Amino acid sequence: MPKLKIEDLARIRDQARRSTLLREGAGRVKIIVHLGTCGIAAGGRNIMAAVLRELEERNLEDVLVSTSGCAGLCSREPMMTVEVLGQAPVKYVDLTEGKVREIFAEHIVGGRIAERYALAVGSERAM
Amino acid sequence: MEELALHILDVAENSVRAGARRVEIRVHEDPAEDRLRLEIADDGCGMSEEVARRAADPFFTTRRDRQVGLGLALLEQAARAAGGCLRIESAPGAGTRVTAEFRYGHPDRQPLGDIAATLLALAAGHPETEFLYEHCTPGSVTRFGTAELRQELGTVPLNSAAGIRLLRQRLEKALGAAQAAQGGEVRHGAGHD
Repeated sequence: MPKLKIEDLARIRDQARRSTLLREGAGRVKIIVHLGTCGIAAGGRNIMAAVLRELEERNLEDVLVSTSGCAGLCSREPMMTVEVLGQAPVKYVDLTEGKVREIFAEHIVGGRIAERYALAVGSERAM
Repeated sequence: MEELALHILDVAENSVRAGARRVEIRVHEDPAEDRLRLEIADDGCGMSEEVARRAADPFFTTRRDRQVGLGLALLEQAARAAGGCLRIESAPGAGTRVTAEFRYGHPDRQPLGDIAATLLALAAGHPETEFLYEHCTPGSVTRFGTAELRQELGTVPLNSAAGIRLLRQRLEKALGAAQAAQGGEVRHGAGHD
């Protein structure tokens, strides 16, 4: 068996941490798609489908998805909120499937907020 | 809302927000009787007689942050436009049953639409809730439930990449089989069927 290096240990630690978070239902990232009546009428189900496709295709095991009701900004639907563990939630508005793909690449995978699509950084109720 | 599957998503989302642990969705198509019935039943907190009576009023809501609640009003409008009606049965602590009836062949009856996308959104968005779907057409019954999937996944959540993958596979199998049984006609996502 080859000797473990520091990088190997760090990788194992990160894998274990992600796996534990997932089992506990937390995840590194939580995505909340707004599916109130206004969100659904504006195309929220397509946004949810795009989010689920990205999760599958990128095989992101530490990202969980959920839905919430109307956030009171019906004219900016479809919307979703991205909560990265330990950071303030970011609300993305006027979404399209293409914007969802960009947000995944930049924010969820890359760690940089896609500011051009973000309405605000702030708290969000999941239910 | 341009398809019935979107109304189903909206009503079922309300069920979850009402604390439902189990939501049953039934679609019954009866072309011979010129009738299509949607039924969404939950075991959530239920409503008082007064709230249930007013639930389809667009200017009535129990929320305190705004004064409108359009979901059931839109479903009632869709049902009436197709020669049908909406019924809401509920009691505090006893859950809620929403039934919408449509004339099957009415030109203004909305198509069922993409029911697979609706079920995927519900099951992945609310992994802690059990969803049961049943679609009856003359000569075939399609059933899909999330309880077995949750058991199969064990500690892996239904809203994770692995859970979503399994969910999509099972949905395709269940709804695809129904489509094959109906002679390959695209029933889900089709126009007036």
